[in-house]
Amino acid sequence: MTVGQVLLVGAVALPAVGALAVAGMPARLDRAARILGTVIAGAVLAVTAGLALGERTWFAYLDGSPVVRPWHEVDVVWAESLDLAFHLGVDGISWPLVALTALLTLLCCLYSLWTVPAPGRGRLLVALLLAIECGILGVFLSLDLVLFFVFFEVVLLPMYAVIAVWGGLDRRHAAVKFVLYTLAGSVLLVVGIFTVVAAAGTSDLVVLSTQAGAGISHGTQVAAFVLLALAFAVKSPLWPLHTWLPDAHTEAPTVGSVILAGVLLKMGTYGLIRVAVGTVPDGARQLAPVLGVLAVAAILVGSLVCLAQTELKRLIAYSSVGHMGFVLLGIATLSATGLQAALIGNIAHGVITGLLFFLAGAIKDRAHTGVLTSLGGLRDTSPLLAGLLGYAAIASLGLPGLAGFWGEAFAVYAAIDRGGALWTTAGVLAAVGGALTAAYLLRLLRTVTHGPAAPAVTGLPRVTTVELITWAPLVVLALLLGVVPGIVLDTTIAPVNALIEAVAP
Amino acid sequence: MSVNLAQETVSYAPAEGALSSFWLLIALPLVSAALLLLLGRRADRWGHFLGCLSVGVAFVLGLVYFFTLRGLEESSAELTLFSFMPVSELQVDVNLLYDPLSSVFVLLITGVGFLIHVYSIGYMAHDPGRRRFFAYLNLFVAAMLLLVLGGNYVMTFIGWEGVGLASYLLIAFWYDRPAAATAGKKAFLMNRVGDVGFLLAIFLMFATLGSVDFEDVFNGVPTLSEGTVLAIGLLLLLGACGKSGQFPLQAWLPDAMEGPTPVSALIHAATMVTAGVYLIARSHEIFSANETAQTVVVSVGAITLLIGCIIGCAKDDIKRVLAYSTVSQIGYMFLAVGLGGAAYALGIMHLLTHGFFKAGLFLGAGSVMHGMNDQTNIRRFGGLFRYMPITAVTFGLGYLAIIGIPPLAGYFSKDPIIAAAFARHGWTGWLFGGIALLGAGLTAFYMTRLFVLTFLGPKRWTEDITHPHESPATMTVPMILLAIGSVASGFLLSLGLVDYLTPSLGPETEVEHGPLSHLTVTLLTVGVSVIGAALAYLLFRRGTALEEQPARSPLVRAARANLYADTFNETVFELPGRLLTRALVYFDNRGIDGLVNGLAAGIGGGSSRLRRLQTGFVRSYALTILSGALVVTAALMAVTFGS
Repeated sequence: MTVGQVLLVGAVALPAVGALAVAGMPARLDRAARILGTVIAGAVLAVTAGLALGERTWFAYLDGSPVVRPWHEVDVVWAESLDLAFHLGVDGISWPLVALTALLTLLCCLYSLWTVPAPGRGRLLVALLLAIECGILGVFLSLDLVLFFVFFEVVLLPMYAVIAVWGGLDRRHAAVKFVLYTLAGSVLLVVGIFTVVAAAGTSDLVVLSTQAGAGISHGTQVAAFVLLALAFAVKSPLWPLHTWLPDAHTEAPTVGSVILAGVLLKMGTYGLIRVAVGTVPDGARQLAPVLGVLAVAAILVGSLVCLAQTELKRLIAYSSVGHMGFVLLGIATLSATGLQAALIGNIAHGVITGLLFFLAGAIKDRAHTGVLTSLGGLRDTSPLLAGLLGYAAIASLGLPGLAGFWGEAFAVYAAIDRGGALWTTAGVLAAVGGALTAAYLLRLLRTVTHGPAAPAVTGLPRVTTVELITWAPLVVLALLLGVVPGIVLDTTIAPVNALIEAVAP
Repeated sequence: MSVNLAQETVSYAPAEGALSSFWLLIALPLVSAALLLLLGRRADRWGHFLGCLSVGVAFVLGLVYFFTLRGLEESSAELTLFSFMPVSELQVDVNLLYDPLSSVFVLLITGVGFLIHVYSIGYMAHDPGRRRFFAYLNLFVAAMLLLVLGGNYVMTFIGWEGVGLASYLLIAFWYDRPAAATAGKKAFLMNRVGDVGFLLAIFLMFATLGSVDFEDVFNGVPTLSEGTVLAIGLLLLLGACGKSGQFPLQAWLPDAMEGPTPVSALIHAATMVTAGVYLIARSHEIFSANETAQTVVVSVGAITLLIGCIIGCAKDDIKRVLAYSTVSQIGYMFLAVGLGGAAYALGIMHLLTHGFFKAGLFLGAGSVMHGMNDQTNIRRFGGLFRYMPITAVTFGLGYLAIIGIPPLAGYFSKDPIIAAAFARHGWTGWLFGGIALLGAGLTAFYMTRLFVLTFLGPKRWTEDITHPHESPATMTVPMILLAIGSVASGFLLSLGLVDYLTPSLGPETEVEHGPLSHLTVTLLTVGVSVIGAALAYLLFRRGTALEEQPARSPLVRAARANLYADTFNETVFELPGRLLTRALVYFDNRGIDGLVNGLAAGIGGGSSRLRRLQTGFVRSYALTILSGALVVTAALMAVTFGS
């Protein structure tokens, strides 16, 4: 095995082993267990960083080369009779998401070293975080559809437990809703995947993407795309399949929200690009306008609904609907620019919304309320928290120079560039949605940070060093991605071009 | 840049020698802003000095670059720093352009900006947030410099949004005042509405020309269809209207006066609000190529200049009168850049002179407020000339300049614009010329009212005022310097500015005159202004009622209500928006979510069983997987037998 292959397997195996180890430690060693978990999360981040190293110069897309050309890959026969393979690989589309997952998990573990929500038992929370990480990394690294599905499912139960055990008052209801929704999605996903596999005769994503739907009849492609798109739309979430998200976010503990918004949603958009668009492009082309219209509806509805929210975490949760709408709009255009916009939009949203949820959690933990009107004047009592919240909100509303801008702007551009009445209208409406995004985020700042100080925010505990350390990478990344978006876009451009060439001839 | 008349191609020379470091102009205030924000209270004692220093050094550098550029044959310098997206069909570089147009803006921003920074040391002396104030001011200067130095539309847009952010932070600087916080929000929001237009214009350029570099866009304009040029022009105009407080997006600017007065002077009078004029002048190749776009710009300018004048006559708040006068004066600039040809340079000239006298007027207003316990109602001023002579004289010079009394600055810049408006062909010349002339008369009226009620006539002070005082030297010295500018800048600029700007704005330098000779227009303008001023003096020299009197005419009522702009926005945008939002929330909770919850309850058989569903979770999971398996089998069979 090469170093790359070891790293690939390690990226999936390390969190799994770590989860077991941490969970297995006795209760009296709770703190030590959490430290162990954090060290493991750090090691996973190092491993994922290592994936980007090594010789990549041979890595060029030429005529006849497969559409997915992983930097490193592991392909082991798993169950020969079923033609199943343990096929992992990393390329430019998946790596940024892999790194983001590892980073956010590490930050969440770090945060859990000091802050464990009721009812305690922090080592179990950390173990579950690692289990979730294993699932998400598996999804991003799988190059086999069946394997992809397995990892997709792995995420579900630990996330359910995180919400149901460490969540807020109404956690049971939110957790059940999350599970019901996602299970429905999983059913659709499994049907969709088996439709593709049965029609194409293979479950290998490299082969499937390279064939680009050749040999699968048009009708089957459309049916399969509908199933897959619905499944991923639930996860993303796409309006109107989003209603699990505000409840889950509002009730989930801080680290749960961060992982949920930061990377879990991205399994949906990543799946849409790699699986749905990649394997059944005919279906994608047929249904792209529908997807585009829904994406624009998500942007507008999500923003308008945000304007009426009265609770901090719920507002941020709803904002994800609008932001992911931009990502889905980018994908729907089926153009290189659109996919690029979607991929950097994914990363930016993960960074910014992750930060927003960390801050919302910190504010709620201190003020013991998330009702916006009772948080007024935060700036007076905690300038640092208010300043960071302002920074994150401004990044989220897509100010150029910060991370949120590129994804949203270029999704709009991709729509306009498609031309025609439908796409131009979609682009213009999405741009208007951008202004609405500003409206609700400014409203948030107006009510929370400005105005005279409310009783709930007086005498707040100071921001701790640990919190600052946890947030700092996200603050820096939000700026860095805004000034040098090339660090993501340069990585994604080659595989995106190859994919688009195969998908949209 | 060289404009080759034969081919009309635009090309910029690379930056060399001293000019290769002109990125420092942006970097200096930016670094200073970052330091002031990051160091926090540690920088409280010396933060304001750093803030002033960075802008002062930028001004000196601006002078050096200005003279370097004058010595160059190719009067432009382009600098590419790095690339946002190196490998893509969407090539966007971080590049900057220094040419005559940007050079005069740099001098205005850093020069007036420096004076206002110095003034703020005194003005904000007792404010606990002074360091933060200087950080925001520095941030603003950096963003504004980026706006005018950007070498492509994306860079301009980044600066554009940056000044919007800084303006938001500064309007809402006194964040515990609800009015200020709301005004900041309103300003940012209306700006964003305009920015949607700007952004769409950029994307339209990308989609049709494949580039947003000034060079490529300007050279590509002739290849575009008329409709596309019009669309780009109107979208840019929408952005410009948002930033410059022009009709129909003017309502935020007067509310922005909730910010500290130096902010009003720097951002909402001298620099940021003129960004729209800069954008149109910079994009003159686009606007000149489409007459409809030009007509729209001229109309926006004319409508706005009247709106500003009419409301300005009805306001009693010293800063709001000045704010509406800014709206109106920028209307003149829009009028000029809309006329096109040689009038582009006239618009820029009025922008520069306006930068001096309006900043001076605002600083004067701040000085009056400083001495009068932060009061702003001119009905309760009066007779202040004796108590604050320096303020009164400098304010008076700014006042004479803005109403266009020769030989002060406003005369040299406003009079040619009115003449150029009359020179427009056909009946539109009479229309726009007439409006511009009427505006001059109204300006003289309300500015005289403002000056007389504040500095002359009987005292009408509130009881708590006993000894109004003159402001300290850090405040009066900038005011004196700006007053000198208000007196002299017009004449000096009229000597060479139009020629100097030729490489940026095109070769036409002679304004044709229409049916009326330039002399006639001049006499008319000065005459109308004197009549307006005399009327106001006679009406108000004995003071006025202490309270606002009930309005007798509908025009006065409308003017006091800002011509119902806010009411209009509320009924047309906010109310339907709020209803729609409510409907959507209802739909979200009851419609979709109701369906899902109903389904969940149906599966579990009511909420009591829902809990049991949760405890018997594995069972239901298995059940779901089973049903999934059934569907899979069905699908597999369908595929197998279907094909």
